[in-house]
Amino acid sequence: MNWQALRHNPSLLIGLVATLAFALLGVVSIWWTPYPIEQVAIAQRFQGPSPAHWLGTDHLGRDMLSLIMSGTLTSFVVAALGVLIGVAVGVPMGLAAGAWGGAVEWLVLRISDLTFAFPAVIVAILITALAGPGETNAIIAIGVFNVPVFARVARGGALAVATQDYVAAARLAGHGNVSIAWRHLLPNIMSLLIVQGTIQLSLGILAEAGLSYIGLGTQPPATSLGLMLRDAQSLFLIHPWLSVVPGLTIVFIVIALNLAGDGLRDAMDPRLRHQGLAHGAG
Amino acid sequence: MALVEIDDLTIAFSGRPAVAGLTLRIDRGDRYGIIGESGSGKSLTALAIAGLLPDSSTVAGAVRFDGAPLPEDERVLARLRGKRIGMVFQEPMTALNPLMTIGEQIEEAIVLSEVPDVANLVVPDLLDEVGLSPSHVGRYPHQLSGGQRQRAMIAMALASRPELMIADEPTSALDVITQRVVLDLIAEICKRRQMTLLFISHDIRAVATLCSRVGVMQAGRMVEQGAVADVLKSPQAAYTQKLLAASRMDRRPAPVASVEEQDLLAVMGVSRVYAQGGLWPWRDPPLRAVDRVDLTIGAGECVALVGPSGCGKTTLARMIVGLDSASEGRMLLDGVPYRGRDLPPGSRAAMSLVFQDPFSSFDPRMSVGTSLAEPLHLLGVMSREERDARLREAVEAVGLDASMLTRYPHEFSGGQRQRLAIARALVTRPRVVVLDEPVSALDVSLRGDVLNLLARLRAEHGLSYLIISHDLDMVAAMADRVLVMEAGRIVEEGRPDELFARPQHSLTQALMLARLPDVA
Repeated sequence: MNWQALRHNPSLLIGLVATLAFALLGVVSIWWTPYPIEQVAIAQRFQGPSPAHWLGTDHLGRDMLSLIMSGTLTSFVVAALGVLIGVAVGVPMGLAAGAWGGAVEWLVLRISDLTFAFPAVIVAILITALAGPGETNAIIAIGVFNVPVFARVARGGALAVATQDYVAAARLAGHGNVSIAWRHLLPNIMSLLIVQGTIQLSLGILAEAGLSYIGLGTQPPATSLGLMLRDAQSLFLIHPWLSVVPGLTIVFIVIALNLAGDGLRDAMDPRLRHQGLAHGAG
Repeated sequence: MALVEIDDLTIAFSGRPAVAGLTLRIDRGDRYGIIGESGSGKSLTALAIAGLLPDSSTVAGAVRFDGAPLPEDERVLARLRGKRIGMVFQEPMTALNPLMTIGEQIEEAIVLSEVPDVANLVVPDLLDEVGLSPSHVGRYPHQLSGGQRQRAMIAMALASRPELMIADEPTSALDVITQRVVLDLIAEICKRRQMTLLFISHDIRAVATLCSRVGVMQAGRMVEQGAVADVLKSPQAAYTQKLLAASRMDRRPAPVASVEEQDLLAVMGVSRVYAQGGLWPWRDPPLRAVDRVDLTIGAGECVALVGPSGCGKTTLARMIVGLDSASEGRMLLDGVPYRGRDLPPGSRAAMSLVFQDPFSSFDPRMSVGTSLAEPLHLLGVMSREERDARLREAVEAVGLDASMLTRYPHEFSGGQRQRLAIARALVTRPRVVVLDEPVSALDVSLRGDVLNLLARLRAEHGLSYLIISHDLDMVAAMADRVLVMEAGRIVEEGRPDELFARPQHSLTQALMLARLPDVA
């Protein structure tokens, strides 16, 4: 991975720049938004785009741009924390499965089968029933959904790396499974994990939007892109603009993340890199 | 009349030439061999003749097939390839489609070649010609052995009755006995069909056995070409002379009278049994990969374990070094008994292993110095100065510079990596080093250097070696004692000169017969 890879791979560049732009938009909303998002001004509701309100106002007269900025932040934070939970729990599970094999591997695979069987929505409903709706619960639900994904990716990568001679050499040098997983397996599957992380981030943003839309995620007065869609749905025929803006934002973020993920995979996978040369070498 | 003419061919990848100014002429009926080490551009030359160069390459110069330049149009080119050029690749497992039976693949090749015969009538003849039986038609590639797969590839290449057959290292993935059989098969077919052959190899002896004319390539340039007899008898280019010298295996002098009576390593009745049959283990008898093997290695002795692939020699080596545990029997290293993985750390330091493939034996994300220091872990806590001193000593012993330790594996060539692998094996100052095919992944020109290094280290440090190999010449040059292994058992044992002069067991005889004749 270097700058040259970026230049040769325009989709990676576009994906990364767009992702960073959206993330920045969200981060800025922590300190500054054009209008406070709690500011309700019924007199100014349903305004179209204007110099005062670039993206117009919603049914409560709140500034749409401010809502989008804040909503993007919520979506990113929820999805990123969900991915983080998945990485923190799933990757050690997968590495353990790869390094020990046998009964440990069986256990890890059955646990991930079990978790796979519960979609994020079901987990979210379960958590909501127990603890009430909220962002934290959305994060936990998305995290639980991510754990088996990362466990399997880590295990698959670790199995491939574990057959290499340098892992055998480390065993001969007296290193145990933990040390081998940390020193050799993890660094060599890092690129796989980064690519998978990017893709899971986009899925997480979709999941957060979905959970907020059905009312299990972010609660007002905080906002998220899914919540904005939910608020706008009953007005869709009269004021389609209110649904189009958050909807398109979600679409663009997800496309940007997918472009970045695919681009990263191309840039990091040595088998795809220099395919021409490798083919004719000898 | 020339079948293939190449004029001043240059193939470059993003500005860097991989083949430069190559001129080549292959007459009809010639058997032309290209020798060169990996990266010398010999495979690219073959791909250029078949019009199969990757899109990322820029090509200058002319390639003429049968007097006409290669067609621009991809479909016409594909038809030319299908009808007039047959190709055999290095690794038949990846060149064959795993989802189609051998028969279907050969039939497909016949249909694509548009020869007006009925495919299913020709298939049996082709199979017969390459020495496969009709029962192989319905099998999938994974159900065949390496040699059988390569035969199937040759049958596919022959399907269109090509005028030119391109064989790119067709035997380097095969073991010695199969290699000889496949080479003989190719020679026989070329003679019978009067077919032109382009044979690519890094093994000068394979080329000498098979070809009538030879071209020597180095770093993308053709340094010498001519009739095989002339080139090999009086090589002009310095590189050819070096290659020829490297292909001769002279006996490395054994350190005098260093072999003590006492056994350093003893393997006693060791077996490794794998259960077969999955859910119904009683259906198939368990596979005895290693079957009640006894062997001893004296201090300072060099013992070689020889056998075809799949005979269990690598499994035995893995148990000896402690990567795997024996199902039965036990081993003694300097008086310490063990069964495999339970080898105590102190004893692990007294033994090390050099892997076959220098490219996978170093972690690409770790500096070479860190990799080399890993085994020092076995000697307990060590001060930084002592650690650095040990590393420097090991690296300098293999003829490399200590400043290289901060670099990463991809910056080194195969030969340097194998030296570093040997340095890693030495860093704990072991008494026994197990060498698993230590030079078979290296280019011929580098093998001599690495073997000299191993012989010197043995003399200087009083090491004992256990060499695992199928290369009889290398074994004859290095070993004090040779053990021949077949199907998990040791079938013959003796001093290399005596054993190879009068082989008793049928496997030893087969191995001797499969040896390619010496050049010059």
